[in-house]
Amino acid sequence: MVEEVKLMKGNEAIAHAAIRYGADGYFGYPITPQSEIMETLMEEAPWETTGMVVLQAESEVAAINMVYGGAACGKRVMTSSSSPGISLKQEGISYMAGAELPALIVNVMRGGPGLGTIQPSQADYFQTVKGGGHGDYRLITLAPASVQEMADHVALGFDLAFKYNNPAMILADGVIGQMMEKVILPDFRPRKTEAEIRAEQPWATLGKPKGRKPNIITSLELDSHIMERNNLRFQEKYRKIEANEVLYEELLCADADYLIVAFGSAARICQKTVELARAEGIKVGLFRPITLWPFPSVALKKYAEKIKGILTVELNAGQMVEDIKLSVECKVPVHFFGRLGGIVPTPDEALKALKAML
Amino acid sequence: MKQEIIIAGFGGQGVLSMGKILAYSGLMEDKEVCWFPSYGPEQRGGTANVTVILSDEKISSPVLNEYDIAIILNQPSLDKFEKAVKKGGILIFDDYGIIHAPTRKDIRIFKIDAMNTAVSEGYEKAFNMIVLGGMLKLSPIVSLESVMRGLKKSLPERHHKLLPINEKAILKGMEIIQET
Repeated sequence: MVEEVKLMKGNEAIAHAAIRYGADGYFGYPITPQSEIMETLMEEAPWETTGMVVLQAESEVAAINMVYGGAACGKRVMTSSSSPGISLKQEGISYMAGAELPALIVNVMRGGPGLGTIQPSQADYFQTVKGGGHGDYRLITLAPASVQEMADHVALGFDLAFKYNNPAMILADGVIGQMMEKVILPDFRPRKTEAEIRAEQPWATLGKPKGRKPNIITSLELDSHIMERNNLRFQEKYRKIEANEVLYEELLCADADYLIVAFGSAARICQKTVELARAEGIKVGLFRPITLWPFPSVALKKYAEKIKGILTVELNAGQMVEDIKLSVECKVPVHFFGRLGGIVPTPDEALKALKAML
Repeated sequence: MKQEIIIAGFGGQGVLSMGKILAYSGLMEDKEVCWFPSYGPEQRGGTANVTVILSDEKISSPVLNEYDIAIILNQPSLDKFEKAVKKGGILIFDDYGIIHAPTRKDIRIFKIDAMNTAVSEGYEKAFNMIVLGGMLKLSPIVSLESVMRGLKKSLPERHHKLLPINEKAILKGMEIIQET
């Protein structure tokens, strides 16, 4: 069967993909530039078809705690927001990491700090990949660069979250959320039945059958020796994720003298920069991390001895640049170009920055 | 073949929806399409713009610094985007609301009297379709048939009775656009 190609915004693609994935619930609170996620879910009314709950909570804090509750029952639940709202959710995310609960969180970033602007930004990179909430935890982070990936990363995010019992985040921004492109949506999957959840998530708090000890979901452990053991278990899990779940894309990197490293919307912009530079005979390639955590350090390191320089382009003051420098162990010069506060750099601006480092 | 287009004007002029119809028309012809709007408070009265890219190949950046075609519907947009038209490219403007006409000599400049025509023809709300018609005359990136199919796809069904008026407006635009 030929799949129907649709034209929609990145935000809308997330909503449709969530219904089709068989998500059990979405809890959110509106904020630009991601309100179309909840708007689309409300329009689609999946509670009448798949049974998926869609609820506008009274606040971001309420929404993330509803996600905690749903996840504790082994359900496929999600929330979405934009930067200021994601800051409000950090406590809940940390608690979910501590309680090892799987969930999907979408951040369609806007310029900050504070209430900032509603225009696109990537300034929440540190918050997302270095741990925005308290404690030694990691958040699986996917950075879509197209409307198609917005749709695809819903399933990927949920699958990774449930594989590792850890929250996962789709880290997009206003460009990817608001633009319309062609997309092929995934097939409909049935929601998990209670029997399936009991079998696949034996830790879920779905009511205690006779003869089984109660399941307890908590991040609290007052005995520090046990808490250290918990932390060591988390760390072991994080190393496994780092070893197995790295995703990245390479564009014209094989013969490149220089690399641009960029994610999400910046990577789309820099695809054009690469086109422009190649037309002028500059051998440059684009390396695009798709998972920001785990970061594709090993793949990037391979280029360290082969290339003359790296330019990282971000919609922030230079955040991923730190992970790039760590990855290449400063064996190759790493330059940075970015625009701040909601200003989106154009392909020629990035080209100018590239030429300045040649 | 790739066309990179900016449409800019006041919020409420139908700038974003004109772009959307163009994008849907591209979809009808199996082209790669990208529609990237300004999504700020502009939508409610300030300046609004949308980038539309139609291409036979995969589209790289949704954010551009120069365009093949600029459709300009107010002075602030002209100030901002006249310089962003590629050499040899096309600038279309409605001089209703334009105080200082475009001056570049290295691009082709066309005028379309869309606002006045929309009022005199009695379909003010199809103003943006007149402009779209003008553009299609100069650069038939998509066929009129695809535009009509795209329009049908992008309009909610309850508005489908307006399709004939929109077609009329597009044809009118093709008729009245003129080089300056």
